[in-house]
Amino acid sequence: MLKYLFAKNEDIPTGTAAVFFGFSSIVWFVIGTGLGSFNAAKLAFPDFVTGVEYLAFGHMRQVHVHAVIFGWISMAFAMAMMYITPVLGNTKLWSEKLGVWNCFLWNVGLSLGLTVLWAGITSGREYSDFPWFIDLYIAFFIAIPLAINVWMTVITRRTQGIYTTNWFFVGSCFMLIIVFLIGNLPEFFHLTGLTEAYLTWWFAHNVLGLWITPVAAAIAYYTIPKVTGNPLYSHRIGHLHFWSVVVFYSTPAAHHLMSAPLPEWLKSFASVEGVLILVPAIAFVSNILLTMQGKWNMFVENLEIRFTVTGVLLAIPLNMQGGFQQTRAINWYVHGTGWIVAHAHLALLGFSTFLEGAAVYLGLQTLMKRKLYSLTLGNVHFWLLLIGFATYWISMTIAGLIQGAGKIYEVPYIDVVIAEHPYMIARWVGGTMVFISNVVWLYNMWMTARVGTVVPNGRMPHELAYER
Amino acid sequence: MNFREYKVGSRMFSFALGTSMCITILFPAMEMGAADATDIAIDKQLTAGRETGFNYDDLLVQGANKPMKVSLSVDPATKQPLAQPVDAYVYPAGVSFPSGILHPRILGKDSASLTESHGRVTEAQKTAGAVFIIKHDKVGERNVPYISNATAILGWQPDAVMASVKDEDVSKAGAGKTIFVREGCWWCHTLLPEQTQDWQVFGAPPMLGDFNGESPTAFGSDRKAPDLLHVASRNSSKEWMMLHFFNPRLVQSHSIMPRFDYLWGETDAKGNKIDYDKWRAEYNDYHAGKRVDAPEVPEYAKDSRIRALVDYMLSLK
Repeated sequence: MLKYLFAKNEDIPTGTAAVFFGFSSIVWFVIGTGLGSFNAAKLAFPDFVTGVEYLAFGHMRQVHVHAVIFGWISMAFAMAMMYITPVLGNTKLWSEKLGVWNCFLWNVGLSLGLTVLWAGITSGREYSDFPWFIDLYIAFFIAIPLAINVWMTVITRRTQGIYTTNWFFVGSCFMLIIVFLIGNLPEFFHLTGLTEAYLTWWFAHNVLGLWITPVAAAIAYYTIPKVTGNPLYSHRIGHLHFWSVVVFYSTPAAHHLMSAPLPEWLKSFASVEGVLILVPAIAFVSNILLTMQGKWNMFVENLEIRFTVTGVLLAIPLNMQGGFQQTRAINWYVHGTGWIVAHAHLALLGFSTFLEGAAVYLGLQTLMKRKLYSLTLGNVHFWLLLIGFATYWISMTIAGLIQGAGKIYEVPYIDVVIAEHPYMIARWVGGTMVFISNVVWLYNMWMTARVGTVVPNGRMPHELAYER
Repeated sequence: MNFREYKVGSRMFSFALGTSMCITILFPAMEMGAADATDIAIDKQLTAGRETGFNYDDLLVQGANKPMKVSLSVDPATKQPLAQPVDAYVYPAGVSFPSGILHPRILGKDSASLTESHGRVTEAQKTAGAVFIIKHDKVGERNVPYISNATAILGWQPDAVMASVKDEDVSKAGAGKTIFVREGCWWCHTLLPEQTQDWQVFGAPPMLGDFNGESPTAFGSDRKAPDLLHVASRNSSKEWMMLHFFNPRLVQSHSIMPRFDYLWGETDAKGNKIDYDKWRAEYNDYHAGKRVDAPEVPEYAKDSRIRALVDYMLSLK
C-alpha cells in the first residue's frame, strides 16, 4: 500500500483502493469480533482475566463496538463504494490515489481512536465515545474524502441515469457527514444537559439509519441483479425505499430515550415515525426477494447470493423488532435489556454483515481477477457465522425477556443475574464461533489473492466453477 | 447534471432532511434549553465541575481539574459555628468553573438572573479560585435555586475552607464521576430509573430540569446491573462499597461485576504496599474452601482513585 501513496494516480492499478479497503475491513472484523468474544467471556465468567486495568470490561467494550462499526462495517462500505460506484457509472474511480490515502488515513485514525478509547480517554457519550479530536479526524480525513471520491465518480460517470445503488451511496455519504458533525456538536461546543443526552442518541440512531442501513441495502441492489442476471424488480419501489429512508429514518431518534424526561410530544412523534420505518424496510425486502424470481437455486449454489439473501431475510425480523419495540407499549418492557443488545447485533452482525460480506467476496474476486480459493472454507465461514450469530441473538433475546420480566416485577436484581447466566455462556459461545469464522474468512481471502484461479478477462468470478 | 430530475431531487432531499432536522433537533433543543434548573441539576454541575469526558484540563481523563464538595459546620471566614451545616463547592485556584457559572443562562431565566445579581458569580476568578454554595429565593410563587459566590459575598477563600474541614467531610465526587465514566461503570449500571416502573427499587426517575449543565449525562442504555441514580439512599456504607469494589464476590457471590482492585493503586491508607498477588492467592484458597475467612481488603489511601469513586457513589442519593 505504501508504495501507492506517492505514486502518480494513473500508475495505480484500477481497484487498488477497493482491495485495500476489503482486506482492511476483514482484518478489523477479526479484531472486532475477537474483542467481542473476549468481552462476552468476561460477562459469563467475571474472574476471567481480572484486576488489570487495560483488560477490564469497561475499557474493552467500546473498543469492540467501534472496531466493528468503523473498522469492519464502514470500511466494507468504503470497499463496496470504491468498487461498485465506478462500475455502475461505466467509468473508473475518480481518484484511485485519494482512495488509497483514504484507506491509509482510515486505518491510522481508527487505530489511534481505538487506542485512545482503550486507555479510557472518552467523551462519555455512547456510540460517540470518541473524543472530539478523533471525531474531527473521522469527519475530515475519513468521511469527507470518501464522499468526494464517490460524488466525483458519479458526476464523471458515462451513463445517462444513476442506478439505485448509487443514489444511496451518494445520499448516505452526505448524510454521514451531516450526522457526524451535528451529532458531535455537544463535544465541539460544550452543549450540556438533556440536549447533550438527546444529541448522543440522535447520533447513535442516525449513524445506523442514514449510514449503515441504507448503504447495506444499496449493496444488495447491486449484488442480486448482477450475480443472478435478473433486472431489479422495480425501480419505483427503489424510489419509495430511498425517499422513505430520508423522511422516516431520520426522525425517530428520541425513541431511544423513551423513559427519559424528554418532551412528551417528541417521544410520541418519534414513536410514530419509528413504526413508519417499516415502509422502507418492506419496500427493500420485497424488491430484493422479487428480483430473485426464477433464480432461487442460486441461494443454495452461489455464496454471494446466499450471503446477500440471508442478510435480506434477516432484515424482516430486524425491522419488525425495530418498528415495534420502540412504541411505548413494548418499550417499557424491553428497554435497557439484553433484547436491545440482541437487536443491535441482528442489525450489525445479522443484516448488514451478511450483505457486506457478499460485497467483499464479490468485489475482491472481481478486482483481483481471482476465483475464491475454497468454497468449502466459504461454506464454513457462512455457517459458522450464521449459527454463531443465531446462538448469540436467540440467547440474548431470551436473556432480555428475563430481564424485562425482572424489571417490571421489580425482582431483586441479583436473581436476574443468576437467571441470565446460562444465556451469557451461550452468547460467548456464539460470539466465539463468529470470531473463528472470520479467521477462516481472512485465510480464505488471503489464499484467494495468492493462489486463486485467474478469472479470464471479460468474465465474472461467479461464472467460473469452484475448484476446492 | 442537466436533467430536471436531479434539480428536483436535490431540492426534495434538502427539504426532507431540513424539515427532519428542524423537528428532531431545533424544536426539542429550544424546548429543553428553556428548562429551569432544579436543585439537583445545580448540585450535580457544581460537584462535577466543567466537563467529565475528555477535555483540555484533563487530557487523560483521570479526574484532574475537579472541585471538591465539603460539608461545613463552622464559617471559615469568621470562625463562628453555622446554624446548620452548609454544603460548599470548593474550586481551588486554576480549576475550571462549570457551565452555570460561565453561562448562567443555561440555568433557566429566573435562576440565571438570581445567580448573576444576588449570586455575584461574574466576580469569580478561575485564577484565584472560588467557593460556591446553593441558595434559594422567591420568584413569584416559586422557590428558585441559584448559585451564590461565597468567596465574594462571605469572604470564604478556597484554602481557608479546606483548612477548616476534616478529610471525612470532603467529597471528591467530581473526580469520582470521571472514574465512573472512564472505567465504563455506565456500560452496565444506568443512571436513569425508568418512568414506567423502577419506582420502588431504584427510586424516582429524574425530571426535566435535573440535567442542566451536566456533561456527559452518562444515562447508560444496557442495564446489566442495578440502576445507580439513588444508590446511596439504599446503601450508604463506605465499608460495603470498599469490599464490593475490591472484589464484588466478597459481598455478592453471584455478581458478574469486574474487580476494581486496581483503583487502589500501589499503597493503602497507611502507606504500606498492597500485595495483590498474595491477596489473590489467599482469595483463591478462600474460594476453594481452604480458608475460613476471606483475606482483609486493604483500606484505600485518601488520594486514591477508588476514594473518589466511592465518594461519587455516596453522592448518588
